[in-house]
Amino acid sequence: MTIAPNVDSPRTATANPPVQPAQGNLGQAAVVRSSAGGPVAENPTALTPVAKLIDVSKCIGCKACQSACVEWNDTHPGVEENVGVYENPHDLTPDMFTLMRFAEYDNPETGDFEWLIRKDGCMHCADPGCLTACPAPGAIVQYSNGIVDFIHENCIGCGYCVSGCPFDIPRISQVDHRSYKCTLCSDRVAVGQGPACAKACPTHAITFGTKDDMTALAAERVEDLKSRGYDNAGLYDPQGVGGTHVMYVLHHADKPGIYNDLPEDPQIAGVVENWKGPTKTVGLAAIGLAALGSVAMGLFSRVAVEPEDERHAEDLVDRAAAIPGGEGSGEGKDA
Amino acid sequence: MNIDLSRRGFLKLAGAGVAATSLGALGFGEAEAAELAHVRGFKLTATTEARNTCPYCSVACGIIMYSRIDDETGKKRIVHIEGDADHPTNRGTLCPKGAALKDFVNAPTRLTQPRIRKPGADAFEPIGWNEALDKIARALKDDRDANFMSLNEAGVPVNRWTTTGFLAASATTNETAWLTYKVVRSMGVVAFDNQARV
Amino acid sequence: MTNSWTDIKNTDLVVVMGGNAAEAHPCGFKWVTEAKHHRGAKLIVVDPRFTRTASVSDYYAPIRPGTDIVFLMALIRHMIENDKVQWDYVRNYTNAAYIVRDDFGWSDGLFSGYDEEKRDYDKKSWDYVIGDDGFAVTDPTLENPRCVWQLLRAHVDAYTPELVERVCGTPADRFLKVAEMIGECSSPTKTMTSMYALGWTQHSKGAQNIRGMAMLQLILGNIGVRGGGMNALRGHSNIQGLTDIGLMSNLIPGYLNIPTEQEPDWATYMKSRAFKPLRPGQTSYWQNYPKFMVSFMKSMWGDAATVENDWAYHYLPKLDVPAYDVLRIFEMMDQGRCNIYFCQGFNGLLAFPDRGKVTRALSKLKLLVTIDPLETETSRFWENHGEHNDVDPAAIQTEVLQLPSSCFAEDEGALVNSGRWLQWHWPGAEPPGEAKLDTWIMAQVFLRVRDLYLKEGGVFPDPIVNLTWDYADANEPTPEELAKEMNGRALSDLSDPADPSKTLVKAGQQVLNFSQLRDDGSTACGCWIYSGSWNENGNNMARRDNSDPDSTGAFANWTWSWPLNRRILYNRASSDLDGNPWDDSRRLVWWDGAKWTGYDVPDIAPTAKPGEVGPFIMNQEGVSRLFSRGLMRDGPFPTHMEPFESPMANVFNPAMRGNPVARVFESDVARLGDSAEFPFVATSYRLTEHFHYWTKHNAVNAALQPEFFVEISEQLAAEKGIAKGGRVRVWSKRGEVWAKALVTKRIKPLICDGKPVHVVGIPLHWGFVGAARKGWGPNSLTPFIGDANVETPEFKAFLVNIEPAAGEAVS
Repeated sequence: MTIAPNVDSPRTATANPPVQPAQGNLGQAAVVRSSAGGPVAENPTALTPVAKLIDVSKCIGCKACQSACVEWNDTHPGVEENVGVYENPHDLTPDMFTLMRFAEYDNPETGDFEWLIRKDGCMHCADPGCLTACPAPGAIVQYSNGIVDFIHENCIGCGYCVSGCPFDIPRISQVDHRSYKCTLCSDRVAVGQGPACAKACPTHAITFGTKDDMTALAAERVEDLKSRGYDNAGLYDPQGVGGTHVMYVLHHADKPGIYNDLPEDPQIAGVVENWKGPTKTVGLAAIGLAALGSVAMGLFSRVAVEPEDERHAEDLVDRAAAIPGGEGSGEGKDA
Repeated sequence: MNIDLSRRGFLKLAGAGVAATSLGALGFGEAEAAELAHVRGFKLTATTEARNTCPYCSVACGIIMYSRIDDETGKKRIVHIEGDADHPTNRGTLCPKGAALKDFVNAPTRLTQPRIRKPGADAFEPIGWNEALDKIARALKDDRDANFMSLNEAGVPVNRWTTTGFLAASATTNETAWLTYKVVRSMGVVAFDNQARV
Repeated sequence: MTNSWTDIKNTDLVVVMGGNAAEAHPCGFKWVTEAKHHRGAKLIVVDPRFTRTASVSDYYAPIRPGTDIVFLMALIRHMIENDKVQWDYVRNYTNAAYIVRDDFGWSDGLFSGYDEEKRDYDKKSWDYVIGDDGFAVTDPTLENPRCVWQLLRAHVDAYTPELVERVCGTPADRFLKVAEMIGECSSPTKTMTSMYALGWTQHSKGAQNIRGMAMLQLILGNIGVRGGGMNALRGHSNIQGLTDIGLMSNLIPGYLNIPTEQEPDWATYMKSRAFKPLRPGQTSYWQNYPKFMVSFMKSMWGDAATVENDWAYHYLPKLDVPAYDVLRIFEMMDQGRCNIYFCQGFNGLLAFPDRGKVTRALSKLKLLVTIDPLETETSRFWENHGEHNDVDPAAIQTEVLQLPSSCFAEDEGALVNSGRWLQWHWPGAEPPGEAKLDTWIMAQVFLRVRDLYLKEGGVFPDPIVNLTWDYADANEPTPEELAKEMNGRALSDLSDPADPSKTLVKAGQQVLNFSQLRDDGSTACGCWIYSGSWNENGNNMARRDNSDPDSTGAFANWTWSWPLNRRILYNRASSDLDGNPWDDSRRLVWWDGAKWTGYDVPDIAPTAKPGEVGPFIMNQEGVSRLFSRGLMRDGPFPTHMEPFESPMANVFNPAMRGNPVARVFESDVARLGDSAEFPFVATSYRLTEHFHYWTKHNAVNAALQPEFFVEISEQLAAEKGIAKGGRVRVWSKRGEVWAKALVTKRIKPLICDGKPVHVVGIPLHWGFVGAARKGWGPNSLTPFIGDANVETPEFKAFLVNIEPAAGEAVS
């Protein structure tokens, strides 16, 4: 028996997944934005916007989110070494979509020491810089519930999403030269389940539901924190990127930077922003070509190019070179 | 072709839009030809569920184990483990250990056959179950017969055996524990302990 | 735990001291965050390190490892001095009013009766004055200077905030803030919970640490109430069960005892277990001991246990020492007095103190048998792994049999959680390769030994050949058969004591619970406290109704808890003397005019009238004990004792080293270090990313915390020239390890006795097999000394030295 598709977004991560065949509701029909002019749905399925709320004041830094993420997404982060910190792996990787970041903070106002632990990962911006920057049609999409997802088959591994991301989240795989990041467990959300990290989180520091519900929950938490002397407690839902579908409750919302450099006021890089409007297609095309070139050149440090890839890229470049003006822009003669 | 250009600088350059082209001409093909948006197939579909509890700490979180028949062995194999949302204690949550239980069950260092290390040897070698168990029984009987203390120095019956010891597990079931208790106690072993002390 | 994980949501104040719940028990800790979020509860953490639990606390206070008793006694002093006492509770539910013998006393850090030669106390004076009526004498006004309350008051007088600062290194203002927050919970409508674990047990006076907090909780009236209690967070998934079932040298299931040589016959054994009430009309439930004991003997040996042969009492071994605990066993092994050793699911090479000695001891065995789902360092103790296990295999004559067993995912049965819930689980896969169920393995060992005795005869075969083994398949007893055996059954028809013409239980039927057990041989029961878990209603441990009427957190129909499905121990104490709840918003068990009723199974006879029968029915007094008489070896009150390896002398008696009655083997004396050679205090602990030595086999957990490290303060790092992420050598009198240095603000030097004390934190998850990087455990460094009462090794406070080290480990 197949269970009926969910008509709307899940309200919580506290549920057990189905094992019967289930038809998901996240697919082309729910795409509201797509990179580089990729296809969007004409009348997209209207799903209620969702959000993951990360309450830093409840987070114990246990890394259950990392563990659950690895297990659900079948990634394989490597066994690194200890370099004198608690962050392991030491950064986000194509195999580690989320990471606990630990900051030791001597609070000058109270004289108390605080250990500020923040789960880092994709913020699922309402106005996603990665999607805007991406030159590959349909490689990055946004669904009507707010999830920003990578369609890896369309990814060219150029790394522009990394540049375009104000939070420095996506990572390019050295194995398949595609970009990876948190999907907000789009495969789970599609069948009515919350993300694996939110389900696992032992202290419910990570919760999941509609954005409205999560905003209300955040308000409740901020009130509690204020009653405990955190006068500047607040919600982090930065408007510079149109708000995010991953939000934080911070005890010191006036100083996001103390939480391992959480941006004060994230914006899409100006140049990417400027492409909105008539120059976009032109700009994207240029970048796209540049990207092809860059793959061949091994331009981006995160991309190690194998000879086979190089041949493949050269093929693409050869084809592109036939286009007037293409070569010039792609190879940066004016640099 | 070798150019040294920072990513941001490159972005700026490309963004200047000096080129004019079309997407199709870039080799991407028509926009419509891109792979349509889709999410990963739901991986637990058609798996079998079994309810268990996490074997690590004493919170004893409820878990659901999802399994499939393994093509290679023909045995059920756990493909995923997740917290049981119906469980009153953990409500579906799991810690970083519990959330990765599947890779404990399927760890490459799981033992799959009895092995023996002979005195002075520098490696294990395989041994059959029967041979291993007979060896153990023989050793136990011989040691017990040789060293069992029926009477102490004062002539009081004490019926204890101190030259063989047994250290019991900390994560086996009550039922295994009870069976272990019966076996060890019936022989008069007093050097009997478990992880509670440590 | 006296209470349960889910009950923690009912608390107003959580004190985590002697533990690190957020890291070691994250999903249980959720109930702390729940209490904070929805009840406005506060969290206090007292720990040498600013842990991940501390990171979400409302208040943190540092403490020097091994000085908890000073802190706790000072808290009690603060409560008494500032009238932060739940007086009705203390007067009626504790032994505060009991008069103590005149010859009891304390001076120079020692109680009356100390014998330095024997390193033991003569505990005779640590007792009540018994009146002519045979009952203990009391003074309900608490004014008699020899009553427990006045003696306690005098005992804690020395523990001032200044002493706390001097000995514990906790700044006095930090201590006072903690005391103030705790003091609020003396109100009958405010409750505090204590969550502790090995941070309190792994000391040479671990049991006294716990008593200290238990006494504080009694003074605040927090035992037996919702959101209160003494909550020991057990380390392993079924260490509660293994202990309940008595898999220890001196135990019989259900906390009955293996006899000693001084009890050569049944009558003598039973005489010291009469448990006569010490006050009129008290329950003193242990008076039922003979019923549980006879039923156990019948369960073990069936028809071979008869009234004529004292229920086969001679089948039980008689101990000449308190226990053959693991430290004693390894001492014997090291002396060549142990030939065969079994490690079932236990990695002793990394779990026991002084690894050098452990290796030496294992090397003297004839046969080592390991039963484990995983590779263990213990099963490969003879294998050379370079500096990580520098042994010469050729020189080790121990034969090793490594038997592969199933793991949790492949077996069926019950585990007991920290809150005493017996939760049944089901298998989801089959053991890999030739791995076998543990029950099969144990059955095979037994059947083969029994066969040899049947065939060959031998020394005292009786208890072996007569062991009850009536399983449908002798080779593979089923979990159902074994669980039913523990629950117990009637061996002949049991008549109703109230109406002998009626049959209560037919022969062969499961008993309802332990109230039906008899001492005449008509019942068999393997583990009396589990009686009721699988009765004629079926397997109660498999119940899965997760409803919770009125959201009390009880979940009474979810699985089954011992005893009798009771969720909160001593719950009668949740109501006042008249049987009315102390706190109407946290009703638990109350008197309805005719009987006890409530959300939980009352911990008292249902019709025992309030005011007559005390709430602590297991005690002969009917009340709880602030003064523990002679029940503990190292004192009826906790008194400050330094760790055996300490940076400062005992302020009460500089000549006293460690716990004056803790057992120290002669060969270990020379292996103790002093602060001149080893100036830094080390403490060991778990990290949340790992579980002991298991998860290093898991690639995911290995990625999350890949490599052995030690944690030190920025000050110590600067002093020693140690860089963040640099390699260091840490050594003690017993061994050395190499680790990465994690330099942190979370450990700060403490000022004790005017001098800075640096703490070195040593996590315990690495070895030489598995997916994580090779490393060491703290047990290469720790002393071979245990707690005076229960021999839990002193892993939490010992001395080391540290220096930067060059080069990578080669192995």
